[in-house]
Order: sequence, then C-alpha cells, then structure tokens
Amino acid sequence: MVFFAAVVAHFAVAVLALIGLRRRPVIAACAGLVVLAGTALVVATQAIGATSAPRKTIEWLPLLGFNFTFQVDGFAVVMALLVSLLGFGVLAFSIAYFEHDATFTRFVGLFMAFAGSMTGLVLAEDLFTMFIFWELTSVWSFLLIGLHDKSEVARRSAVRALLTTGAGGLCMLVGIGLLQNQFDTTSFAQLRDLAPTGTMASVAASLLLLGAFTKSAQFPFHFWLPGAMAAPTPVSAYLHSATMVKAGIVLLARTAPIFGDTGVWRWWVVLAGVITMLIGGWRALRETDAKLVLAHSTVSQLGLLTVLFGIGSPYATYAGVAHLVAHAIFKAGLFLGVGVIDHELGTRDVSKIGAARRAVPVSVVAIGACLLSMAGIIPLFGFATKEKALVALLDAEFGLVGSIALWGIVAGSVLSVAYSVRLLHALVRTPNDSASHDQHHAHHEASVLMRSTLAAPVVVAAVVSLGFGFAASTVGSWLVSPSSALDVKAVSKLALWPGINDALLISFVVIAIGAVIGWKAPLESKLAQQPRGERVFDVVYDSTIAGAKRITAVIQPGSLPIYVGITLLLVSIAPISAAFVDGFGSLSGLTSGTALEASVSIIAIVMAIGVAVLQSRFTGAMFLGGVGYAIAALFALRGAPDLAVTQLLVETLTIVVFLLALRAMTRITTRPVSRFPQITRMFIAATVGIAIPLLALAARDARTAPSASQDYFARSVDEAGGRNVVNVILVDFRGFDTMGEIVVLAIAALGVANLVRAAEQHRRAAISVKEVAGS
Amino acid sequence: MIKSKILEELIDRWLTKVGTLVAIFITFRGHNAPGGGFAGGLILGAVFVLQYLAGQQPTIRRKPILNPERLLGFGLLLALVTTAAPLFVGGAPLESYIWSITLPQIGKVKIVSSTFFDFGVFFVVVAVVLLVLTFLGTRGGAISHEPTDGVG
Repeated sequence: MVFFAAVVAHFAVAVLALIGLRRRPVIAACAGLVVLAGTALVVATQAIGATSAPRKTIEWLPLLGFNFTFQVDGFAVVMALLVSLLGFGVLAFSIAYFEHDATFTRFVGLFMAFAGSMTGLVLAEDLFTMFIFWELTSVWSFLLIGLHDKSEVARRSAVRALLTTGAGGLCMLVGIGLLQNQFDTTSFAQLRDLAPTGTMASVAASLLLLGAFTKSAQFPFHFWLPGAMAAPTPVSAYLHSATMVKAGIVLLARTAPIFGDTGVWRWWVVLAGVITMLIGGWRALRETDAKLVLAHSTVSQLGLLTVLFGIGSPYATYAGVAHLVAHAIFKAGLFLGVGVIDHELGTRDVSKIGAARRAVPVSVVAIGACLLSMAGIIPLFGFATKEKALVALLDAEFGLVGSIALWGIVAGSVLSVAYSVRLLHALVRTPNDSASHDQHHAHHEASVLMRSTLAAPVVVAAVVSLGFGFAASTVGSWLVSPSSALDVKAVSKLALWPGINDALLISFVVIAIGAVIGWKAPLESKLAQQPRGERVFDVVYDSTIAGAKRITAVIQPGSLPIYVGITLLLVSIAPISAAFVDGFGSLSGLTSGTALEASVSIIAIVMAIGVAVLQSRFTGAMFLGGVGYAIAALFALRGAPDLAVTQLLVETLTIVVFLLALRAMTRITTRPVSRFPQITRMFIAATVGIAIPLLALAARDARTAPSASQDYFARSVDEAGGRNVVNVILVDFRGFDTMGEIVVLAIAALGVANLVRAAEQHRRAAISVKEVAGS
Repeated sequence: MIKSKILEELIDRWLTKVGTLVAIFITFRGHNAPGGGFAGGLILGAVFVLQYLAGQQPTIRRKPILNPERLLGFGLLLALVTTAAPLFVGGAPLESYIWSITLPQIGKVKIVSSTFFDFGVFFVVVAVVLLVLTFLGTRGGAISHEPTDGVG
C-alpha cells in the first residue's frame, strides 16, 4: 500500500538524517522535502475523487485484536495534506532558519520522524493504531522542545509537555482497553455502528477525552503548550500549532460521532473548549513575547475547534473542518513570520517588533494578512470559517449546552479579534527605540537566497489565506468530502458573503468590540507570574519527586539487617495470615519417611541449631553448609536427583563465597551493633520458623487441580525430545522462567562486581586523599 | 594457599581437564538424565573454585579468564537467541526443534535445539561463579588484577 510506504519513507529519511547524513543535514532536509512533497502528491492523486476510501490492515497481534489499520477517507486526506504540505513549507523555512546551527541534523531527523508519525496518526482507522502514532508524536515533541538541551528552560518545558501528554496518552490507552474489552473492536467505523451506551462507554469516552484534552492543550491541561515555545520557531509552527496539537482534535472528530450522545461528552467538551478559549485569549492579550501571544492564541483556537468538533452537530463538524484548515494555514504563517522577525531583529517583544516594517516589509505584510485571517476579517479565509461556526452554533439545538457554546465562542472571538489587532498594532506603530535592531543587524548579513527562503512560506500562507477567502465557495465544496467522512450529514458550503444574517451581525459587533480592545491594549504590560497551570504542574512534579526520594530513604536505608528483616517478615506474614483464613494444614502423613530420612533430618536440625548458637562465624558457615548438604541428601532419598545435584553444588559454592566474605569480617559474632535489638531478631526468626512449615503443610494439601507435571511427562519425549522431565521443563516448557532466572542471576553477579569495584575505588580515593594530606 | 607442588600439578593436569569434561558431559546429558546447564555450570564453577583455593587463577587450557562479564553476556545472548530463534521461522518462542544426524563412527545423534539454551544457562552460571570469585576474592590477592596489597 502506497500510503503505508509513504509513512515508512518519512522514518527512513529520519534515520538517514540521524545516522547516515550527520554532516550534511541540508541534503537530508532536501530528501525530507522530496518525501513530504511525494506524500502530498500521492495523497492528492490517489485519494481525492476516489469512490471508496482505500483501506489497509497490517496484522500485528491478531490474537489480541491489535492491528495497524489505515483508511484514507476525506478527513484523513485533508489532514494528511496539511501535515505534508505544511511540513514541506516549514522544513524549507528551517533550512534558512538553522543556517550555522549545529542542531539542524537532529532537527531534521526528529522532524521527519514526527511528520511520519503524524501522517500515520491521521490515516489511522482504529484507536489502537492512532494510539501508537499518538505516543510517538509525544516523544518527538518532547525531543524537539528540548532541542537545545543545554537550556534549563527548554528541558523543563519538554518534561512538562511529555508528562502531560504522556499521562493523557495513558488514560487514552485505558479507554481503548475498555472499549476493546467491551465491544471487541477499536475501529472507528465499527464502534460507530455499535453506538455504545452505558456506564462503560461513558468511562471510556471520558478517558479518551482526557487524552484529547492533554494533547490539544485544553483546560486544565492548557499550560504545557506555551511552555513548548522554548522550541525553535519551525518546531512551534509545525508541531505546536499546525499539526501535533490537532491530534486531540482529530481524535475528537473521529470519536464525536460515536460518543456524541453519551451523557457526559457534550458538556465536558463544550465547557473545556469554552474555558480554554477564554483563558487562552485573555493571556494572548497580555503576553509581551509575540511568540507566546501566538501560543496562547493557539490554545484559544484549539478551544474553538474542540467545541466545534466535540458538540456533534453536522454543521458544526463542517465548520470545524473548515476552521481547522484555516487555522493551520494562518497560524503556521504567523509563527514562521514571527520567526523571520526574530531572526532579523533578535527580539520578539511586541513593543519592539514595529522595527520589522523597515527590515522585512514583505514578511510583515504577509503576517498582517494572516493576522486578519485569524481575526476573522472579510475577505480572508478565517472570516468565512468563523461565520460558518457561528451559523452552525446558532442553528444547533442543544439547549443550555448549545447556548454556552455559542456565547463562549462569541466571547472568545472578541478576544481573538483583540489579540490579532494588538499584534497588528504592534507591527504598524513605530517602536520607541530601534537601537537593538541596528546593533543586531550589524553582525547578521543573511544572503538574499536565505532571506527569501525564510520569507517564502510566510508569503505563501498569506496568499493562500487570501485566495481561499475569495474562493470560499470552491474551497467549501472541497471540504464536503472530509466532513462527510466524519458525519454523513455534515454537508454544507462556505461563502465569502453569506448575506445579512444573525451571524454576520454578531460578527460585526465582535469585530468592532475586539478591534477597540485590541488597539487600546497596552503592548508593554507585564505578566507578573508564571502561568498558574505551569505552577501547579511544577508543584505536583517537584513534590512527587521529593516524595519519592523520601519514601526511598525510608524503605532503602542502606542497612542490611533491616532489608533482611523486612523481607523475612513479609515472607512470613503471607502464609501465617493465609493459614488463619483457610485453616492450618494437617499434620497427618508426616511420618511416612524411612529411618534413613529421619536420621538425615535429625542431622539437619542439629546443624541448624548449631548455626544459631555457635559464636564463631567460620564454624557457623560450615554448619550452614551442613544443613544444605543434609537437605540435598533428603532430595536424593526422595527421588529428585536433579534437585539434589544442584543443591549440593550450590551449597558448595555458597560456602566458598561465605568464606571469601568472612575474611573481611571479625572472627567472632559480636553483639548486634544495628538498630535491631536482640529481641526483635529473635521475634523475626521465630516468625519465619513458624511461617515456613505452615506454608509447607498448606502447600501439601492445597492441590485441587491435577498436577501439571503429569502433562509434562506425557509430552516430554515427543515434543521436546528429552527423557529428563525436570530438565525439559527448565529449558522448554517453562523456558521463559529459566530465561528470567538467569537474567536475575546475571544482574546479581554484576551487582556484586560493581559494589566491590565501587568500594575499592572509594578506598583508593580515601588513601590518595590521605597521602596528599600527609605529603 | 596450597604450597604442595604435587597438589598443584594434580589440580592443573587432571582436575581441571576432567572437571571441564564432566561439566560439559553433565550439561549434554541433562536432556535425558539428571544434569543440565545449571548443574554443569556449577561443576565447572566448582573446578574454578578449586583452582582458586589452590592459589591459581581460573584457567581454561592454561589461559586465565580475565573477562567473566564477557562470558556472562555470551551466555545470556546464547539463551536469548535460542529463545527468539523459532520466531523467525514461524514458531513459538523456545519451541524445540529436533534434528537427527548420522555421524561417522558414532552413529545416530539426536540434537535438540533446547540444548543451546541449556548451554546459555551453563555459561551464565560459570560466569557468575567467576565474577563472585574475582570480586569477592580480590582481597585475597589470588586473582588480583593489580599488585597485591598484602592483605591475603
């Protein structure tokens, strides 16, 4: 399947960039451009106008129902086109942006890996496939935010973003698991046909919503997105405004037809969306860093999209698709435009960016056009889509929820007009000082080629915003297929001039109020504190780490007696409490042994007592070995030669190890110097002494099912080709257990080695310090 | 530790060789009779312990084993590869494959794929014994990588 090959090609370029072309990132970037353009071409030629959506399933774990399923329906097409075309523009921009920047190699690799994951995500036809790519995008986002890994701010922001989206991803996984368990499918189409209702469906829907909200930065998880602006501009433009943060919207779009009518869905979606819209808009109005203004405006616009896609009315869905396209275009243009200004002036402060008018006039005009689209001013595309959204919500009949959504969007639109106009104001007015600009410009002489490479994507975004506005009805007809892929009833059209109606009147009022607020809004206003959401996250994060450290300090104090004591007590508690619940094992039949067995047992007992009472460590170790040998003898007498041989050998080696260790200790057992008093030790010993026999007795009577070994006897020779069942169990039937055991053994041995090594180094360091002090 | 030349020779010439052979034999034998990789590994480990107690370095064919970690990795890798190998031919992990081949002079020999797994266990156990000897024994100076500091 060609679409799958396209996804794989992204990752191939990523690997190439990170490994093969480390020294030639520009070549890797060019390969990336080819792949992105090729993907766009493939999607456009293969899927547009196709009568049925191409579909492909790649089996992964068919027994568990986990397969990769891709379907290229209308919505997938529009999303995939956005991902690859915007990717193309942003990658082209980044070649100039990252000129002389050593992180470009890593950027190209991660960028292509992200683009591949995102393409996979939007083509996914079932929740599970989507989840896999979803998590991948979170990881790439984390790495890209932290691209400048020397920066503390970047690292913290990256961790915040990863933990927030990761937590949401886990919730989503649980939701997917519930659905899979309950309905035996995770396919969007099949779930839609099943139309799940009931508590389980509501719980699953809520969990999926958590995933969508964290990814798309909806309240109360909106805080990570502005922090993610620590990333370089191309990353912000692509991941954190145009594509990745839309993943949550994609999930909403895909699942709203399934869960739209379950009780909690609509309320939750509308409330979260409206609150996010207002918070984002308000902060965008007060932020002084132009990039952060855009970040908060993205949060706000995502709120609008959440409402449109989540409310589940056909027209709203159509409006959502339209606005999603409009937003992706103008916001990518804006981010890149701010990147151009930043690159040119070395500042993004809204009170200073007015100087850009002289430095990069073309880009500034393009930015202005994108801002007008964001504000929803006629004749730009943003106007047509926002009109559609208002019309859709005016028509929707959802009672109170519908009204909240409508008025929320109206208020949000006032804010979005306001922050757009504020930025516009910042661009057109003459800044107070242009000193910083001149100074920066002196040592920054980019070539004409590079400058036009930087400006081109911004201009393209502006031209498209304008062109789509004038061709609104044509573009509107293109969007019918995507939205009807989500909801068959979502067939509508766009128009640049819809005629005088309620929505238009509302728009005029909104624009008038917003423009006044925006023009009057101060450009220098300072936000005193870190955003509240970020602070809450940091408090939770820091206290989790601190709590973990405290717990570790309590349960791992570094004292061997405490470790052994706790382990033994816990081992004893289980059988003793079980014995009280299930009754004690019977003593009958314990006398069936022969005289030989009895005498060996007596030897073992005497030796064990000897271990406890002897004062010399050396003799104690010897006696302990004697107990082991006696046990081995019992195994042999009872017809378990394998066990006996192993026990004998292990015991031998254990004694040697004991003796090796004893050389480092005093010869006589002294009074305990640890915090454990003698009486505690005796108590622990007695508990273990009672518990283990109880366990042995209970185990003897506990069998209810037939012994598994009978089956093994029957299968041993035929299936595993061995007559020694014990060994066949070890290496074949239960070979995984053995595998695990030898790994544990290996880790323990390496642990011993490293502990000794560390102690040795410590000792040497101490000696050398002493020598230095002495000389 | 042991000053007697005869004893040293005895260990060097006979016990080491015979012990190694016995260990390998026990490992092979495990599939049909008491034994196996664990027991075999422990026997070879015991041989090394004996060498150590005689004040020698653990040797195989007179070459001291300086890198038990590598042996450990090799054993784990062998076991892992045997575990995963059936996946590549469409089987379940650790599924046994039995081959019968006829060798000249010896006759028909049955080879079971799980024997390789058992040898993985064997090497891990040997390596663990060696690691413990090397690191807990260093203070004695017998297998010391550095000049002895006179504690032993």
